Amino acid sequence: MQGFLDIFDIYLLEAVVNGILLGGVLALLALGLNLIFGVIDVTWICYAELVMIGMYGMYYMVQVFGLPYWVAAPFAILLVAALGAALHYIVIAPLLTAPPINQLLATGGVLFILQSFATVAFGIDFRNLGIRLPVLAIGEMHFSYSRLLAFVAALVGMLAIYFFMKRTYTGTAIRAVAQDRQIMSLMGVDTKRIYLITSALGGALAGLAACLLVLQYDVHPFVGLSFGPITFLICVLGGLGNFVGGFIAAFVFAQIISLGGLFSDLEWGYVLAFAFFIVMMFIRPAGLFARRS
Amino acid sequence: MNPRHAAWGVGLAALIALPFVYREPYHLHILVLILIWSFAYTAWSIMGRFGLVSLGHGGFMGVGAYVTALLWNHLDVSPWIGIPISMVAAGVLALVVAYPCFRFRITGHYFVLVTLALSGIVLQVITATRDYTGGSLGYTPNRARSGTGLMALQFDDKTTWYLIALGVWVLGLLVWRWVDRSMSRYAMEAISEDEDAAAAAGVNVTAEKLKITLISALMTALAGALYCQYQMFISPDTVSGIAVSLQMVFAVIVGGLYVSLGPTVGAIITIMLAEVLRIGFGTKAVGWDNLVYGVLLVVFIIFLPKGILGSVLDRLKTQPKPSGTK
Repeated sequence: MQGFLDIFDIYLLEAVVNGILLGGVLALLALGLNLIFGVIDVTWICYAELVMIGMYGMYYMVQVFGLPYWVAAPFAILLVAALGAALHYIVIAPLLTAPPINQLLATGGVLFILQSFATVAFGIDFRNLGIRLPVLAIGEMHFSYSRLLAFVAALVGMLAIYFFMKRTYTGTAIRAVAQDRQIMSLMGVDTKRIYLITSALGGALAGLAACLLVLQYDVHPFVGLSFGPITFLICVLGGLGNFVGGFIAAFVFAQIISLGGLFSDLEWGYVLAFAFFIVMMFIRPAGLFARRS
Repeated sequence: MNPRHAAWGVGLAALIALPFVYREPYHLHILVLILIWSFAYTAWSIMGRFGLVSLGHGGFMGVGAYVTALLWNHLDVSPWIGIPISMVAAGVLALVVAYPCFRFRITGHYFVLVTLALSGIVLQVITATRDYTGGSLGYTPNRARSGTGLMALQFDDKTTWYLIALGVWVLGLLVWRWVDRSMSRYAMEAISEDEDAAAAAGVNVTAEKLKITLISALMTALAGALYCQYQMFISPDTVSGIAVSLQMVFAVIVGGLYVSLGPTVGAIITIMLAEVLRIGFGTKAVGWDNLVYGVLLVVFIIFLPKGILGSVLDRLKTQPKPSGTK
């Protein structure tokens, strides 16, 4: 019995640490979505599909064209950033004055387009980079370097966004627009340009997530569905547009998924996360950290 | 009896008579699919027209289909009982998710994202319980022994299915009309304009929204169960998940959200489109139909948000010809 408990604790600790590592990437995705929502007041349902396209970009650059991972990653980030800007320019910009639901559904159409484009262009096979990073063993616990790298890179990415928002003129303008759309255009801020930059930034975050996720997961046209819904839950639980809330909610969810996966299949981790979400909706309906008005 | 009712009566009589004079199985099959999906799309539009955009209907449809099939295969429960049970299950799911949403004023983006997650989760559950549901490989209800087809709601005859689907489709339109003429419609329209003002005017916001959501979810589950009984094969991707939810939204938007036959027009367009692409491209068409759907969805939302039928009817109405109806 004692031996059983020892093993159990080690697995538990391992799951907790893996949960924290997973939380980093989820927080990155939530940040991207929150940024778009906070500034442009639009939700990109197709956000996870942008990540999917980035993962395919990485796959083709590394596996087909033989670029080293470190060279391919910036290109993938640029690619998805451009895609984000294009998405805004082509789909969102004409709909800025339309009801919010229409904007949301239009990005749903883009989700269809990206998924089926990937099916048509890349086929439905599962593909991976073929890079296997070593596994770090601490005592009897095992952590893959790909997860550690993902965690660290996600944190660095989030810090970079933070400093960009706080220290640069454009970042300040973005924050100002998020606070008041009408006034800022009167103050001489070109909101169209700010929207485009924000969309590109959101895309870049998706691209960074793609570079990190492609190390851990195989890419296929529907891979977005396995982390898209969870990202939306995180954003709603943290409060849409609330960066800190999204950050913390990402780690909470990652723990639930990781621990749930420990006791059963990974899918059940997602189900548990959803059940938790519903319960939280009863307790804190406006998000975990909503200010009481 | 005004001309409008007469037109409906003649149209319906023609539809009922159709399978007795025209028996081409492939075309009947397409018609059955159109009718079943029209019913599902109508179910979605009952909520959607009031701004309650749900992307969780893939989940309700999946529950309807899988609960019916699982009860039949594992517990020998006839679909005649299984379908009501599956509808209740979907209804309970809808209430559990929708109640906190409505009670705590989760609207707009938030509501869409929550329901979106719901359909994603139903897909995950079906995949996770692969020991029972066959996971992503799909699931087939057991064939009934010969002679017990009625009890098992399994018919080889396309005409029978056509009439069942037609009946359900008409039922869907009647529910749509009933909602359209009820007090709920005014309450819901007030709510979609301004919840606080509606509440101040004495509308029980939460109860009205729950009522509409429940009706919509029950109908969607029925559509899922019928689809399962007709096709005798379901997979998580065809009856649940985000793609199915978006497909519903797409068809309704294309057809027209605010007119009773809009979802039907949407179903005709989407299913014909899928079939034409499938026949035209063969197996190469995998993905192409969704690609075209997606592009059309975006184009429609940008340029024709009232849908095809809605825009045509608007055009007709603005013409100076005075008409006695409506």
